[in-house]
Amino acid sequence: MATITEECLRNIEAIIVNKKRILQRREDLFSYSFDASFGTHLPELVLQPISTDEVVGVVKLANLYKIPLYPRGRGTSLSGGPLPVNGGIVLDFSLWKDKLIIDPDDSIAVVSPGVLTADINAKANEFGFMYPPDPSSAHVSTIGGNLAENSGGPRGLKYGVTKDYVIGLEVVTPEGEIIRTGGRTIKNVTGYDLTKLIVGSEGTLGIITEAILKLIPKPIATKTALVLFDDLVDSGHAISRILSSGILPSKMEIMDQACIIAVEEYKPLGLPTDVEAILLIELDGHPYSIEEEMKKVKSTCLAVGAREVIVAENDEEANELWKARKLVSPAIVKIKPTKISEDATVPRSKIPDMFKKLKEIKETHDINLVVFGHAGDGNLHPNIIADQRDTEEMKRVELAVEEIFKAAIELGGTLSGEHGIGIMKSPFMEMELGTKGLEMMKRIKMAWDPNNILNPGKVFPEPGQRLVLHNG
Amino acid sequence: MDKQTILLDKLAYNETVNCVQCGYCLPSCPTYATFGKETHSPRGRINLVKMAAEGRISLDDLAGPMDVCLGCRACEPACPTNVQYGKILESAIDVLTEQRRRKQSLKEKAMKKLIFDYMIPNKNVLHFIGSGLQLYQTLKIDDFSRKIGFTNILPEPMRQFEKITPKVNVKKRKHSAIQPDTSPRFRIGFFVGCIMDTFFKRINDLSMKLLAAAGCEVVLIAEQTCCGALHHHSGEKEKAISLAKHNIEAFEKYQFDYVVNSIGGCGAAMVEYHLLFDEADRWYPRAELFSDKCKDISFILDQLELPFKMEIQKTVTYQPSCHLKNVQKVEKEPVRLIEKIPGISYIPHKNMNMCCGSAGIYNIVHFEESMEILNLKMENISKIKPEIIITTNPGCHLQMLLGVEREGLRDEIRAVHLVELLAEACDIS
Ligand SMILES: Cc1cc2nc3c(=O)[nH]c(=O)nc-3n(C[C@H](O)[C@H](O)[C@H](O)COP(=O)(O)OP(=O)(O)OC[C@H]3O[C@@H](n4cnc5c(N)ncnc54)[C@H](O)[C@@H]3O)c2cc1C
Ligand code: SF4
Ligand code: SF4
Repeated sequence: MATITEECLRNIEAIIVNKKRILQRREDLFSYSFDASFGTHLPELVLQPISTDEVVGVVKLANLYKIPLYPRGRGTSLSGGPLPVNGGIVLDFSLWKDKLIIDPDDSIAVVSPGVLTADINAKANEFGFMYPPDPSSAHVSTIGGNLAENSGGPRGLKYGVTKDYVIGLEVVTPEGEIIRTGGRTIKNVTGYDLTKLIVGSEGTLGIITEAILKLIPKPIATKTALVLFDDLVDSGHAISRILSSGILPSKMEIMDQACIIAVEEYKPLGLPTDVEAILLIELDGHPYSIEEEMKKVKSTCLAVGAREVIVAENDEEANELWKARKLVSPAIVKIKPTKISEDATVPRSKIPDMFKKLKEIKETHDINLVVFGHAGDGNLHPNIIADQRDTEEMKRVELAVEEIFKAAIELGGTLSGEHGIGIMKSPFMEMELGTKGLEMMKRIKMAWDPNNILNPGKVFPEPGQRLVLHNG
Repeated sequence: MDKQTILLDKLAYNETVNCVQCGYCLPSCPTYATFGKETHSPRGRINLVKMAAEGRISLDDLAGPMDVCLGCRACEPACPTNVQYGKILESAIDVLTEQRRRKQSLKEKAMKKLIFDYMIPNKNVLHFIGSGLQLYQTLKIDDFSRKIGFTNILPEPMRQFEKITPKVNVKKRKHSAIQPDTSPRFRIGFFVGCIMDTFFKRINDLSMKLLAAAGCEVVLIAEQTCCGALHHHSGEKEKAISLAKHNIEAFEKYQFDYVVNSIGGCGAAMVEYHLLFDEADRWYPRAELFSDKCKDISFILDQLELPFKMEIQKTVTYQPSCHLKNVQKVEKEPVRLIEKIPGISYIPHKNMNMCCGSAGIYNIVHFEESMEILNLKMENISKIKPEIIITTNPGCHLQMLLGVEREGLRDEIRAVHLVELLAEACDIS
């Protein structure tokens, strides 16, 4: 492990002049040793930069002294993205939120890396626009983190994910140079698309210091329905039928029976616990057209065997219907405290098969597994509920998670739809990408970051690395 | 048991394990917003308590971040997985206090004993200090604090507080009952609170009159004592328990529908009295019964008709008491009451749910931190240019007065307790 010498620290103090943004006390280091996944990894130092110049200075120093750098937004990553696994310096960008400019004429937003994603959307709304990517963590996660993880949310079905809304970036390269990618225009084919390369690179190829985001007009109205299914397979059919009938809902979320039971036991909403699945569907657009579309959605669901379709008459009723989905998280942790949230994704048509697989995995490994998530785009969230203090159980969970990844890939899907690879999923990269595929990615990393300074230990597996799900 | 096992047992370790570190509580935390460090966030503190329980950091490492926590508990309603932060904080404070007690000098011990065992629960002493405070407004305050041995914490805060300390009414009240004109809707035992009844006695009087005007029978019993909140939050749990027992016993003797108070902080301590006891303890069910009856005045008035007589043509904003909102879960009632006042124009300020930094005696012990938090609050309040800031707790009330004073807005903005404004609109004085 590299150590930060006195001399190095003095150089840092010349770059980050305000000492309040240089954290070295033990309680501070421990406070940046975790994210929303697993593990405690102590950094040697935490810095809170608020300008590109500070970043450039620190990155150059890090190259000189060979100190690993770990960019961090608000530490809500579910895959270990910001964990300082090799010690070194954590760069906390949460204070850097001075720029949030909406330019209605170009329909873009220009933002600093530490701005909260929900704040961008709220500000865009004031101008009649929206910033569509809506990870459920949008009110606590930073745009920098979202860009690095290429985050998505329920609206991804209709509007796409973070990468579909980034048109330009300012990036500090792993060697400390400033580059600009893309620009303020939607169309841009000048050279390689480095913007897209940086988005989703999980802080391993560059530090994002500013982003230009595309905005779209905000839909006038929304309409929500809650659909009950006696048979899970029918819900899968309903999804495909709706999507092939010319309707593109803004959200399509599914909850399985285990979720419904957990919610009812936690806060009874009067949901029937004998159905196998609940589908929540939201349409957005002009009030007249969504009225018509909703009729079609209703008849389609009933035609494939839905037990009941409840359509909200107003926003208040819609909020009531969404409550069921919102209560899933608090409800399931009542069963056991540790939640392992996976996001393996399969092609839409394979959703029923994936559900079958998950049921088998649950039974073979005797684990608590519930499934909810973004059904419309195949991004299911199988969540395993366990107790991390029970090492025997956690071993079973680790095996189950491995099988979930395998199942998703076998069905033509992917390891991660939105949470990223980090350290959690790196052991499985080769399984999905093949040796050559992974090697091409490594070559990119080596070309960009010859000293392996930025976020080392992530995305690419260390030899012999396995999935570990416990804190230690 | 070795030292570490004892610590694991005493700290609320199991509660810390329930935290999934999602960070959903971060935006609600005033110290995180102010200091911008994970170390001063709920998630950070929970992790530090966990690390201390596992022996990975020392209690000295833990002390700073826990001391700076306001205990406002805004992080609890924000948590999607219901982590019991209150319990975690309390366990940490207990452990830290015990450690400090061992290290404390005899003089410090005596001082603490004087404050918590004698001064706060004792109205006469508080009255004395209260009337004294007026006197000290004309004297050199440094002199005073040096004399009572507070020099390390008091001078600067005292100088600022001195400006805003309300006139103290030292006249004693006859303990009695007020009957409404019609047959009473509720029979109410009124809880006055010790600090409240010293500095804001008038608000207690107005509260009782308002309750009566709304059709309640209001009884003031002499046997009541301090709620024990300050003791509890300072790790003096034994004393807190004995005060709780005293109050439970005192009010049990009467057949009240509710025990009502106008003090967000005291009310919060009382609705959680049962948590002071083990579930198997015979005091637990008694405490629970008492806690169920304890209500904030806004909860009661919200259900009744108030005889409004005057229009108040003012722009107002509301600074919710954290303990009223996050612990007593009384959030909508005060706002509904404000909106009922004829003529009023109510505007919520940005981040209104964020603590003002008063938090018990936080603003005295952590003066600088508290002022940074207050600055953030005043920035949001000043933006909407209210003529009146409404509060529901004496601590917040004083802090708002201080905020207004520090911003130089004394002539433009008034800070009042909700009860004062309601009374004004009902022409009660
Ligand atoms: C309860 C919960 C719900 C969630 N829901 C969703 C969801 O619906 N959809 C979804 O996609 N994700 C979700 N997530 C995951 C997580 O919120 C996202 O991955 C988010 O983008 C992380 O943002 P952050 O600011 O917390 O970044 P961090 O977690 O701090 O960091 C994430 C990654 O970004 C890198 N990084 C951060 N800032 C920069 C920068 N300026 N330049 C370069 N790299 C940087 C870090 O090194 C790290 O690799 C959820 C998480 C939780 C806890
Ligand atoms: S009690 Fe208040 S100050 Fe303390 S962690 Fe919770 S929100 Fe922050
Ligand atoms: S919101 Fe709850 S679970 Fe999430 S970090 Fe805060 S305390 Fe932990």
